[in-house]
Amino acid sequence: MEIDRPLPNPMTPEAKPYWDGLREQKLMLPKCGACGHVFWYPRVACPRCHARSIGWIQSKGRGTLHAFEIGYQSFNKAFKVPTPYVLAMVELAEGPRMLSNLINVEADPRKLTCDMPVEVVFSKLTDEVTLPLFQPAGR
Amino acid sequence: MANLRDLSNVACIVGVDESDEMGTLPHKSQLSLHVEAVTNAVRDAGLKVSDVDGIFTAGQHSPATIGEALGITARHVDGTTVGGCSFIIMVGHAVAALHHGLCDVAVISHGESGRSQVGVSPRRDTAIPGQFEAPYGFGPAPTMFGLITTRHMHRYGTTLEQWAQVAVSTRKWAALNPKALRREPLTVEDVLKARPVVYPFTVLNICLVTDAGGAVVLTRADRARDTAKKPVYVRGLGEGTEHVSLTQMKDLTFSEATRISGDKAFRMAGVGPTDFQHIMLYDAFTSGPPIMLESLGIAKRGEGVRFFEEGRSTPGGSLPINTNGGGLSYTHTGMYGIFPIIEAARQLRGECGPRQVPNLRTSLVNGMGGMLSAAGTLVLSNEA
Ligand SMILES: [Zn+2]
Repeated sequence: MEIDRPLPNPMTPEAKPYWDGLREQKLMLPKCGACGHVFWYPRVACPRCHARSIGWIQSKGRGTLHAFEIGYQSFNKAFKVPTPYVLAMVELAEGPRMLSNLINVEADPRKLTCDMPVEVVFSKLTDEVTLPLFQPAGR
Repeated sequence: MANLRDLSNVACIVGVDESDEMGTLPHKSQLSLHVEAVTNAVRDAGLKVSDVDGIFTAGQHSPATIGEALGITARHVDGTTVGGCSFIIMVGHAVAALHHGLCDVAVISHGESGRSQVGVSPRRDTAIPGQFEAPYGFGPAPTMFGLITTRHMHRYGTTLEQWAQVAVSTRKWAALNPKALRREPLTVEDVLKARPVVYPFTVLNICLVTDAGGAVVLTRADRARDTAKKPVYVRGLGEGTEHVSLTQMKDLTFSEATRISGDKAFRMAGVGPTDFQHIMLYDAFTSGPPIMLESLGIAKRGEGVRFFEEGRSTPGGSLPINTNGGGLSYTHTGMYGIFPIIEAARQLRGECGPRQVPNLRTSLVNGMGGMLSAAGTLVLSNEA
């Protein structure tokens, strides 16, 4: 199958547990070993208490559509997902927000609303790369 | 004990100008845009290029490159690059440098081939956007600022028609500015029916993309009395940064960087958020200026757009906003921040002809870097 989107590049060492988890259909999030803060994106120090001991937890993969856009064109030659498509900011139940796409939904602003419940769908691109996409919850 | 107010009114903007041409300029290098703007602004001040000993620039060039192109050996340089507001922030850096004698004549220079891309190369760490944004189709600014905008619509009930009013108001000013690129009349309907780019934006909700340069010259207030034009006093200044990646912004509908920069500038100037007769805001998107008004405390949260909807911001209105025609209709190279400073200085000097704001004393300039990530605020006045 042709890859229809840019592959993550570079894949940084501090994000390795995240990418490793996705290959096993697990959405992993960094968690501070000192203060318990679950945060996004992966860093070598906690952005809340600045401790250097970072562990990982598995997200339940549920959250809400915090904000969205509908792409009527591609903004990157390597992004070949058919238009229109939904650009999404998801707020996970564990707290952090991440960017993704909302799929299995009509890309129409009248069909989408901020704070609607969403759940993760794993999309395997290559043997190395699986991406977390989201769809309306309970589909 | 350091006191913010010590920096108020110690330096003045004494020269401003754009490059010789603005628009689509495939025949012009970015360095030429810089050099044109600087020589024009220095002439506007009644100074010589050889008087300049402090160089401030952001973006594709280091201040050393600009100094070399101008033939200046600078003794103070600043290349702070935090997005399009960097030039606004640099007015503050220049004031501090002038106050302490680190330089005597400061020039802030911008030159960008945003449309023609002559010599433009991206040079940024891609670890975060390349890993966590690009795979989903995120990239240029409209794919980010739309998230801020739909969240605001959800929280406050703001509508597409209301955002469109910002473009309409700004176009009315552009019609009065011969240097503006888009001057034909514009209606809300035109904005809504224009080509959709990324919801909630049609192409007319998004700024122009042009090639242009701009420069601002500052010197200490004592020396400013001898320059060619009426000096514009920097009465208050402030800067701030909150985030870069939009996932790290605490509240998508409120810019903490803008609030911090405004609070500092207002305190230094001894003014409140409602003490202005003229406002220049960074309008890369129609939803930007209303959110900036809210973050600065000039409008209640969710109500910034009313300044445009009710005609307060338009020619003849009680609080003129973006009187040059803004990034939406005058020019927008990519890093727009130099241009609102130029317009505020011209307004405070009374040089603006049919778009002149009458009886103007105090003007506010506020701009963002990135996606409301960084901000700079200036309180400018034509009297000390
Ligand atoms: Zn911590």
